[in-house]
Amino acid sequence: MNKTSWFNVVSLTLGFAFLYIPMIILIIFSFNESKLVTVWAGFSTKWYGELLHNEAFLNAAWVTIKVAVFSSTIATVLGTMAAYVLVRGGRFMGRTLFSGMIYAPLVMPEVITGLSLLLLFIGIGLDRGVLTIVLAHSTFSMCYVSVVVSSRLVTFDRSLEEAALDLGCSAAQAFRLVTLPIIAPAVISGWLLAFTLSLDDLVIASFTTGPSATTLPIRIFSAVRLGVSPEINALSTIMIAIVTFGVITASLITKHQMVRQKREEQEAVRS
Amino acid sequence: MTTVEFEPWDDPQEKPLIHFQNVTKKFGEFTAIDNLTIDIYEREFYALLGPSGCGKTTLMRMLAGFETPTTGKILLAGQDIAPVPPNKRATNMMFQSYALFPHLSIWENIAFGLKREGMAKPDINNRVDEMLRLTRLEQFARRKPHQISGGQRQRVALARSLAKAPKLLLLDEPLGALDKKLRQETQFELMDIQEKTGTTFVIVTHDQEEAMTVASRVAVMDHGKIIQVATPDRIYETPNSVYVADFIGDVNIIEGTTSAAGEDSYSIDWADGLAPLKATSSVSFSDGQKCHLAIRPEKVAISTDKPEGAANTVQGRVLDIAYLGNISTYHVELPSGEVIKAQAANTRRISRRSYTWEDTVWLSWTATAGVLLAS
Repeated sequence: MNKTSWFNVVSLTLGFAFLYIPMIILIIFSFNESKLVTVWAGFSTKWYGELLHNEAFLNAAWVTIKVAVFSSTIATVLGTMAAYVLVRGGRFMGRTLFSGMIYAPLVMPEVITGLSLLLLFIGIGLDRGVLTIVLAHSTFSMCYVSVVVSSRLVTFDRSLEEAALDLGCSAAQAFRLVTLPIIAPAVISGWLLAFTLSLDDLVIASFTTGPSATTLPIRIFSAVRLGVSPEINALSTIMIAIVTFGVITASLITKHQMVRQKREEQEAVRS
Repeated sequence: MTTVEFEPWDDPQEKPLIHFQNVTKKFGEFTAIDNLTIDIYEREFYALLGPSGCGKTTLMRMLAGFETPTTGKILLAGQDIAPVPPNKRATNMMFQSYALFPHLSIWENIAFGLKREGMAKPDINNRVDEMLRLTRLEQFARRKPHQISGGQRQRVALARSLAKAPKLLLLDEPLGALDKKLRQETQFELMDIQEKTGTTFVIVTHDQEEAMTVASRVAVMDHGKIIQVATPDRIYETPNSVYVADFIGDVNIIEGTTSAAGEDSYSIDWADGLAPLKATSSVSFSDGQKCHLAIRPEKVAISTDKPEGAANTVQGRVLDIAYLGNISTYHVELPSGEVIKAQAANTRRISRRSYTWEDTVWLSWTATAGVLLAS
């Protein structure tokens, strides 16, 4: 690299400022002593302590995690199955239609997805609560999983499955013992994607929720309408920390694996 | 010591291990295998040879069970195997890409098929160790496939497909990914292992040298049909068609018309103003029939002076010389415009060779050197 030009420095600073200043302000004010959000009155962690005693937030957090775990698990199973059939099922009637339809929810406005699910749940007389949010979240995050998994399956060497069959596996065993372990990273990242999508979804959750089940985004949104409290800043900071930790860990694992594989391949060539 | 010739195909008492009976395979409009009937015998090393798209891989995939014939029957040891799925067949396949399971170690890869059989653990250990010894992979047992070299991967694939002691081993272009030197070594290893284990091998290849080296019989295929099945020497020495003669090795094809010249002997009119060629053939030709005389370049002698007593002599001009170190191939243009290739061993220093580019030389060959082919 040659010496850094002023232009580069300025555009880099502006870009990152644009992205991160709002978050940094939020983090700073989460440590504010004052109850007034915009007035700095000294450093304190008391809002984090308050948070631990706020029953409503804790309940909402618990509901959100339950919903995210269940819906992302269901979405991963269904999405992987759909991806497998669409990539491996060969040609069957309406295959193109199906593969188009699986991607449609990606571009569908959330309001419409939420509304249609609400109408469905009312229509079949299902009481709205945790179950309906789980179903709704599984529905819309399934297609994300399917996209991630099918992109891995496309590059998967078909002869590996044939080799498994040839060595005495039934089709189900071949999937369990060979295909699944190999596509596992894609399945896991699909699950993580579905989990995060469920974690921060507000629109679909508010359409399909009932009085018994308030998720964290809904709770924060309704609280903010009455004014931003330092507690919410603290809560958001915790969420930012969790997400940051997750993203960094995931990328470190991937990078580590790549480095190790490369090193081992070089060793194999030398030996 | 007498050696017993291994020629089960000439023994009418012998029952084939595999029998294809009028097998046809169509993919939509495309006919991959066209009404094909072949026999493969136990302990054979059978090579399917042909250009890409000739149906050889489809044929093998039908044996493995990944494709089913559109019409016709495939019998393995007398049993129709059409309804048997791949995981229930007594055949194993070595894939072109090796298809080693990347998440399992070499040891686990080889043990994979044995575990599916429900073999007892000590037996699995013994069998895997035996396979590792056979393929000289003992020190790599704990490594993953991406931690070993290409040649070692090839041996793992072989060990894995042999571990279940199949009646029939299918090899799909097994040596295609190896460099030439390693390929030649591995060919001999394959033959050695085939002999040791007594397994019937069917190999698919587009490399004619490979087929000739390893196989007990070679089947030359084209457009879904078998053109000729014979031992490597017979395929080379007595091809049954211009296609086979041309596909295997280097050959001169001279077109002409026959006329009888004694028992099994013909003279061939081939160019205006040149003496007819003499050739023998056990297949009979009628007078005036169109024919092709196929002569291998190494059976054509080259000299500066007209050789005495040769059955066929022609004069020409050296157009080109392909120097291969041990031998040279001379492209000699005849006055009629035809080019005939002659091969000679470089037994003398190249500076002492008595003919070179543009020199006039004599080519000669005997009446039995060539093969007379109708088509």
